[in-house]
Amino acid sequence: MTENSERKAWMGLLARAPAGELNRLWSEAGLTPDYAHLRPPEVGGVMVRGRAGATGAPFNLGEMTVTRCAVRLADGTVGHGFVQGRGKTHATQAALVDALMQGVEAETLRAVILSPLKEAEDARRTARAARAAATKVDFFTMMRGED
Amino acid sequence: MYVAVKGGERAIDNAHAWLAEERRGDRAVAELSVAQIREQLSLAVNRVMAEGSLYDPDLAALAIKQARGDLIEAIFLIRAYRTTLPRFGVSHPVKTSAMRCDRRISATFKDAPGGQVLGPTFDYTHRLLDFKLAAEGEVAEAPEAAPQPGQTPHIMGYLNREGLIKEEVPDEATPPDLTREPMELPATRALRLQALTRGDEGFILSLAYSTQRGYARNHAFVGELRIGAVAVEIDIPELGFTIEFGEVVLTECETVNQFKGSKTELPQFTRGYGLVFGQTERKAIAMALVDRALRWKELGEEDQGAPAQDEEFVLMHADNIQATGFLEHIKLPHYVDFQSELELVRKLRREAEGCAGQEVAE
Repeated sequence: MTENSERKAWMGLLARAPAGELNRLWSEAGLTPDYAHLRPPEVGGVMVRGRAGATGAPFNLGEMTVTRCAVRLADGTVGHGFVQGRGKTHATQAALVDALMQGVEAETLRAVILSPLKEAEDARRTARAARAAATKVDFFTMMRGED
Repeated sequence: MYVAVKGGERAIDNAHAWLAEERRGDRAVAELSVAQIREQLSLAVNRVMAEGSLYDPDLAALAIKQARGDLIEAIFLIRAYRTTLPRFGVSHPVKTSAMRCDRRISATFKDAPGGQVLGPTFDYTHRLLDFKLAAEGEVAEAPEAAPQPGQTPHIMGYLNREGLIKEEVPDEATPPDLTREPMELPATRALRLQALTRGDEGFILSLAYSTQRGYARNHAFVGELRIGAVAVEIDIPELGFTIEFGEVVLTECETVNQFKGSKTELPQFTRGYGLVFGQTERKAIAMALVDRALRWKELGEEDQGAPAQDEEFVLMHADNIQATGFLEHIKLPHYVDFQSELELVRKLRREAEGCAGQEVAE
């Protein structure tokens, strides 16, 4: 269960990362694992659903583009990539990191790829949240002149 | 009579070549990149994603470039592309209560928990042309403040606690999908919401406006409007778990509307709902008003015969690609159809003239 929740976290992080950022970190990591595609990268769509009134019955909101693939390392470990957008390299790199995270290189990968991606995502979110917070209205009541 | 419509290939090729040249415009002016459109015309990109019914900012920007800024043409390109995509699955319904809000306002509760957060809005600008934008220049960074911790709760939740607002009925039924099956009327609310969220902004806006002017007035207040990023989750069957594989920016509008009550229900507020891809608040507000107007039957309200209450009228005319397709096709060659009309009118005139001639002779 914990293993799954960790894997879910890194797969999500890899999926949401800007393709260019993952590509740069992957290249800098200098990893060249032997692998074969179990499922070659394929672009498709996912239907995104919402709920009527935010909490009611689901409805189809619209689709988004995604790319998925699966790789198998030389030792047989399988990695999956399922990423937002149309990035075949992105999906392949996500799948490779997913596979390698299941092996002995996990700690290295966490340090050189996952942690920087997490920090960048947090920084992007914080930057928007901070700008939003600066636009929060501070109401004040005008003096009514009653006393 | 048969009229040949072959030929014109060379004319078409040349027309397309000229189109490409006109799209490029004056070569002395720098070419627009897709990234520039995505970043600097982002509200146009958002509209194309919403009505194209496909969330992909890069593709929407490319479509806008290809369409020379004609947004309905761009939406058409996105719709056509969308049909080529294999569908890998459906997401879990997005949790807008967990939205990372860029903007969140309420017209009904000044002191709503989480506050009134204006976000990057045109509201309160004076709508005066800013000639500084005609000159190049750096933009100052926006001020920052300490981010608010935790999630921003939905304002409707507070009214719900008192039972003052009609609750949404939780339901896990698979919603109908009008991109897969032909639209069936009468429609469920789920089908209506899908049609409205991808419907033409101008059409939905006008219908919503008509309800405000008195055609099925439903006294809407914007209970809450929020814009921001939400996570999208999907089950990966190979792995047996769910991942948060993406993030989309959405605009959500919940309206609070009056309801007098009925024989079986106490007076309470009701709601309309708008949820649209991107930062698209005019559309989301309009969608909420039209959604509410279309709910007249389930709420036991009177049919006033207003356009916004007419489900068939609204749903069958909201799609701008269907509309423009049918509208614009009449400019394409109809030589054969028209030839038969021409023959018919000539024949009728000859007959009429023949009769008139006979009357004179008599």
